[in-house]
Amino acid sequence: MILFIAKRFTTFIATLFGASVVVFLMLEILPGDPAYAILGVDADLSAYQALRKELGLDQPALHRYINWIFGVLTGDFGVSYTYSVPVSELIVERLALTVPLAVLAMGMTVIVAIGLGLYAAAHHNKVGDWGVMVFSQLGIAVPNFWFGILLILLFSVYLGWFSSGGFPGWAAGVCPALKALLLPAVALATVQAAILARVTRSSVLETIGEDYVRTARAKGLTRAATLWRHVLRNALIPVVTIMGLQFANLLAGTIVIENVFFLPGLGRLVFQAIANRDLIVVKDVVLMLAAMVIVVNFVVDVAYAIIDPRLRRYDA
Amino acid sequence: MTSLNTSSLFLLALRHRNLVLGGILSAIIIMLALISLIWTPHSPYELDVANKLKPPSSSHWLGTDHFGRDVASLIMVGAQNTLLVGFVAVGIGMSAGVFLGLWASARRGWIEELIMRLSDFTFAFPAILSAIMITAIFGPGVVNSILAIGIYNIPVFARVTRGSANAIWAREFVLAARAAGKGRIRITLEHILPNILSVIIVQATIFFAIAILAEASLSYLGLGTQPPHPSWGRMLNEAQTFFYLSPYLALFPGLFIVLSVLGFNMLGDGLRDWLDPRLSRSRLSGYAQ
Repeated sequence: MILFIAKRFTTFIATLFGASVVVFLMLEILPGDPAYAILGVDADLSAYQALRKELGLDQPALHRYINWIFGVLTGDFGVSYTYSVPVSELIVERLALTVPLAVLAMGMTVIVAIGLGLYAAAHHNKVGDWGVMVFSQLGIAVPNFWFGILLILLFSVYLGWFSSGGFPGWAAGVCPALKALLLPAVALATVQAAILARVTRSSVLETIGEDYVRTARAKGLTRAATLWRHVLRNALIPVVTIMGLQFANLLAGTIVIENVFFLPGLGRLVFQAIANRDLIVVKDVVLMLAAMVIVVNFVVDVAYAIIDPRLRRYDA
Repeated sequence: MTSLNTSSLFLLALRHRNLVLGGILSAIIIMLALISLIWTPHSPYELDVANKLKPPSSSHWLGTDHFGRDVASLIMVGAQNTLLVGFVAVGIGMSAGVFLGLWASARRGWIEELIMRLSDFTFAFPAILSAIMITAIFGPGVVNSILAIGIYNIPVFARVTRGSANAIWAREFVLAARAAGKGRIRITLEHILPNILSVIIVQATIFFAIAILAEASLSYLGLGTQPPHPSWGRMLNEAQTFFYLSPYLALFPGLFIVLSVLGFNMLGDGLRDWLDPRLSRSRLSGYAQ
């Protein structure tokens, strides 16, 4: 187990390093000079050169990369050109929205998908199974931002139960904050639940046919106990794989959904930073989002080994 | 005899209902795009402010937008854009990805390791994040959004191709071809590629649907197709401003996105069931990326 985790951890660190190099290199070719973006194109040459020096833009790329990474590792993310505040402050402030939104959406996805997947598998080839499959097929085809728009149309415009966007902040209380995140989370979760329900259903159906399940039933175990103790744990392996990928997708999906609901999260921050050519914010936020995806993938890998001890032996 | 043929055709269609329904839906979208090349109910670029935000009527089947443009015509021309992005983006992803996957599988060793690690690594950047970065660097527009979606598809096709190709390389007929003195390139072209073509076609259909969704998201964010060219994603963005006045504006473009994605998905499912039923679960992993 330790060898397995050590191997996965090495890959995890290498991927993080690679992601930082890609983000840095990609943004190196971003057109537009941040110094001109701040001062305006008519800026005085000496002021322009002084600002470039202050921002470290006059240094070689390798030097800037090392400075940036060293800063990130020590918690110094630099200062935003647009907001003139430390990027770390901006990120922490925005993470307080994006992470709860993604976690809420993931929680909804897992509960709905595993419930529906199990139900469909237990009622294989019956009306319930057919209904779940139709929901899944439709859910996969619906763009989450359109579903968000439809939710606003129904619950905000017609029924007036929710506001059509915005976030009051956690300081306004947990209930109002959660209420503001509910519709965006539903918009994100429905599409992912449609995918996961289908994976759960097919995985459970595959496991139900195994000999050891028949043996468990022959031993006198009830249908529910067999499903819970023998089927679900074995069927969970592909489900966890997809869940890991989905969490990454949810984090990325927040970029679009935060724009639909005008939520001041990490996704909206990166989008605005790109528009403002606020390079340092773009670099830090994209690296942060990529790092979150890499961490989730690492956690999923370790989770596999816990769910299925056979993987430790084969993979280590 | 005729009734027997009709009933057996019906049974065949029932057995392959995904293929038939998906084929019909996809054909409708393709037909809409083709018809819009020569005819639309109104000009999609013609402004008629006096008739803005009108509900569906006999003269404007799906109503008018905030500039008084005919929504049905905008949707028809928008279909051209959707299909163009889908075809070119999948074409880029498929051609480069299949080449890399076949190369990795034929050479094995460090080349395979390098290609696969690079493709693993791209999963750290979910599709929409990579697309946003690419369009942010090279500017918004349909060409850059096609490139962004296409580049993201490359590692996905590379992985699928390499996985399927590796399985074929282990088969006895390939061993026989090697024993007969055939080189790696010849074996790849004569034996490997024809045997994995069905997998690639199925993946292409599925990624076509994913490309439609990605293009709609990018256009919604203002990074995809730029005005005055109509795009379903941007129509939804504009509709959001006029929620209270014309809620139906937010319905039709979304419905057409759903119908297209549904159509190509079902076509992919149907082709998979027809060509290779063993692939039944692998398709979903594409949507989770």
